Amino acid sequence: MTTLSQTDSLSQGQRWLRALTEKLAGRSLAETGRQLLLPAIGIALFLGFWHLAAPQVQTSLGAFPGPAQVLEQTGQLWQEHSNQRDRAAQFVTMQEERNERILTENPNAEVKIRDYPGAPTFIDQIFTSLGTVLAGFVLATIIAVPLGIIIGLNRHFSAAVNPLIQIFKPVSPLAWLPLVTMVVSATYVSDDPMFAKSFLTSMITVTLCSLWPTLINTSVGVAAVNPDLLNVSKVLQLSFWTHVRKVVLPSSVPMIFTGLRVSLGIAWMVLIAAEMLAQSPGLGKFVWDEFQNGSSQSLSRIMVAVLAIGFIGFLLDRIMLLIQKKVAWNE
Amino acid sequence: MSKSHLELTNVQMAFDTPHGPFVALENVDLKIRKGEFVSLIGHSGCGKSTVLNIVAGLLQATRGGCVLDGHEVNTPGPERAVVFQNHSLMPWLTVYENVELAVQQVFRKSMNKAERKEWILHNLKLVNMDHALHKRPGEISGGMAQRVGIARALAMKPSVLLMDEPFGALDALTRAHLQDSLMEIQQDLNSTVIMITHDVDEAVLLSDRIVMMTNGPAATIGEELHIKLPRPRNRVTLADNPEYVHYRQAVLSFLYEKQRFPGKGQEEQGEQNTEEPAPIHTEETPGVESSQPESPVRRIA
Repeated sequence: MTTLSQTDSLSQGQRWLRALTEKLAGRSLAETGRQLLLPAIGIALFLGFWHLAAPQVQTSLGAFPGPAQVLEQTGQLWQEHSNQRDRAAQFVTMQEERNERILTENPNAEVKIRDYPGAPTFIDQIFTSLGTVLAGFVLATIIAVPLGIIIGLNRHFSAAVNPLIQIFKPVSPLAWLPLVTMVVSATYVSDDPMFAKSFLTSMITVTLCSLWPTLINTSVGVAAVNPDLLNVSKVLQLSFWTHVRKVVLPSSVPMIFTGLRVSLGIAWMVLIAAEMLAQSPGLGKFVWDEFQNGSSQSLSRIMVAVLAIGFIGFLLDRIMLLIQKKVAWNE
Repeated sequence: MSKSHLELTNVQMAFDTPHGPFVALENVDLKIRKGEFVSLIGHSGCGKSTVLNIVAGLLQATRGGCVLDGHEVNTPGPERAVVFQNHSLMPWLTVYENVELAVQQVFRKSMNKAERKEWILHNLKLVNMDHALHKRPGEISGGMAQRVGIARALAMKPSVLLMDEPFGALDALTRAHLQDSLMEIQQDLNSTVIMITHDVDEAVLLSDRIVMMTNGPAATIGEELHIKLPRPRNRVTLADNPEYVHYRQAVLSFLYEKQRFPGKGQEEQGEQNTEEPAPIHTEETPGVESSQPESPVRRIA
C-alpha cells in the first residue's frame, strides 16, 4: 500500500522527466552507439592494418607512409597554408603602406596592388578543384537534362541518338583530353582570357565524361511517366510546355537526381585524372607535382591528397542527397 | 426522349498486331441523352474500355465515329472528363493542387483567381475531401484519392463524365460509400455519365440504362436494359425490391448464360487496362476454353 502511494506521489513532471532521461540515455544512446560502433571498429581495423603493413612496402622514396606520417603531413600542409596566408597578407599590407607613402608625396600618382606571387597551397588546390568540378558538372547538367527530356519524349529521336550515347558513354577521360586540349588552344584565342586554358580543358573533359548518367537517367525517367498521367494531361489539353513542366519533369525528378549523383561522382573522379594530365591547377596537379618532386615526404603528402579526394567525393554525394530530399516528391 | 446528346455511330475499332489487324469492336451504336447515367458492362476484354477511350478521344475509331453536341470527337478534351480506375492523381501535387491543375487549365480565362479557388474548394467539398487539401495522394487512402479524382473531373464542368471502373480498386464498404456519393452528385448536377463496371449491383443501382456488351473479338452491344427504378435509390430498401431483383437477374443472365465464356482473342486485345475479374464470378469454369456460343443480338431497348 505504501509503495503504491509512493509511486503515485511521483508528480507527472518527474515521471515524464524520467521517461525522457531513460529514452535519451538508454535507448537512443544505445542506438546511436550501435550506429557509430561498427563503423568505428571498421576504421580502427583499417588503420591498424595500414600501420602494420605500410613499413613492409619499401620504395625508392623510403617506406610507404603509415597513418602517423600521413597525419603529420596533414598538419604540415595546413601549416604551410597558414604561413602562406600570413605572408600574402603581409605582402598586401606592405604594398598598401608603400602606396600610402607615395600618395602623401604625390596625390596624383598611380598606385596598384599586386597579387601575392607565391605557389598555391594544398588547400588552395582543393578549392580550385572544387570550382572546376562544379563548373564541369553544371555544364553537363545544362546539356544533359534538356537533351534527356527530348530523347525521352520522342521515340524517333531516341532511336537516332541511342547508338551515339552507347558509344561515347564508356570513353575514358584520358582519351578525350588531348583532343579537348588541342581544340581549346585552337579556338579559345583571346588577349584577355576570362578563363585559363587549362581550366577550360579540364572542365570540358569533366563535362564530356559526366553527362552520360544524367542524360540516360533523364531520358528513361521521362519515357517512364505513368501512362494514366499522360492521359490526364491529354484530357486537360495541356500545352507542350505545361505538360513538360507540370507532368513530365516532376515525374522524372527522382530518376534525374539518381543520374546527377552518379554524374557528380564521375565528374570528381575524372577531374583528378584530367588535372594530372592537363597540368591545370588543382588536386590532380598537386599529386603529380609531389610525384615529380620525389622527396622523402612526397608519398605521405600524396596519401593526404588521396584521403582528401575520397572525403570530398563523399561530401559531394551527401550534399546531392540533401538537395534531392528537398526537391524530389517521393523522398 | 429528346435529341441525343452523345452519339456513337457504327464504330469499329481494329488494332494492328504482328498477326494482322485485330478487330476489337464492330458496329457499336449508342445514343445517350443529356443527364443519363449509362453503365457499360461485359466480360473482361470485351472492349468496354475501348468504347470509353473512343468517347474520351484517347483512341480513334477505325470506322464510324462519336459525336457530342453536334461536334465530332477527334481529340481528348476537358468537356469529356475521365475518372480513371487508379485515381491518376499527380503524386507530387497536393489534393488541392491536383484539382487546381485542371481548373487552371479549363477556366484560365473565364474565372479570376478568387473564383477559381472557390470553385476548387466547392468541388472538393462536394466529394467530402475538403479536410485534406494539403495532403499528397500518397498520404490518403485509395478511396479518398478516388474522391479527389472525381472532384478533379467534376471541376472541369464536363458535358459527359467518363468513368473507367472508378470503384474497381476499392474495398466493398468504401465502394458502397462512394457509389452513394456519386448518385447524389449526379442527381444534383444532372450530369451525363458513362461508367464501365464489372459489378452487377453497382450497375443496377446507379444507372438509368445498362449497356451489355458481347464478348470480343468484334464485340458489340448485346442488350440494353433500362432501369426504371425511382430516384433517389436506397441500396438497403432496394435489396428485396422485386423490380431490382428482376433487373439484376436480367444482367446476370446475359453475362453468365448468353455470354458465358470470355472471347478467346482477349489476350491480343490492344487494351492496356488490366481489368480485374468481376467480383461475382462464382460459376467460372477455369480451364474451359471452348468456342463461345454465338448469342443472338436481342434488344430490349
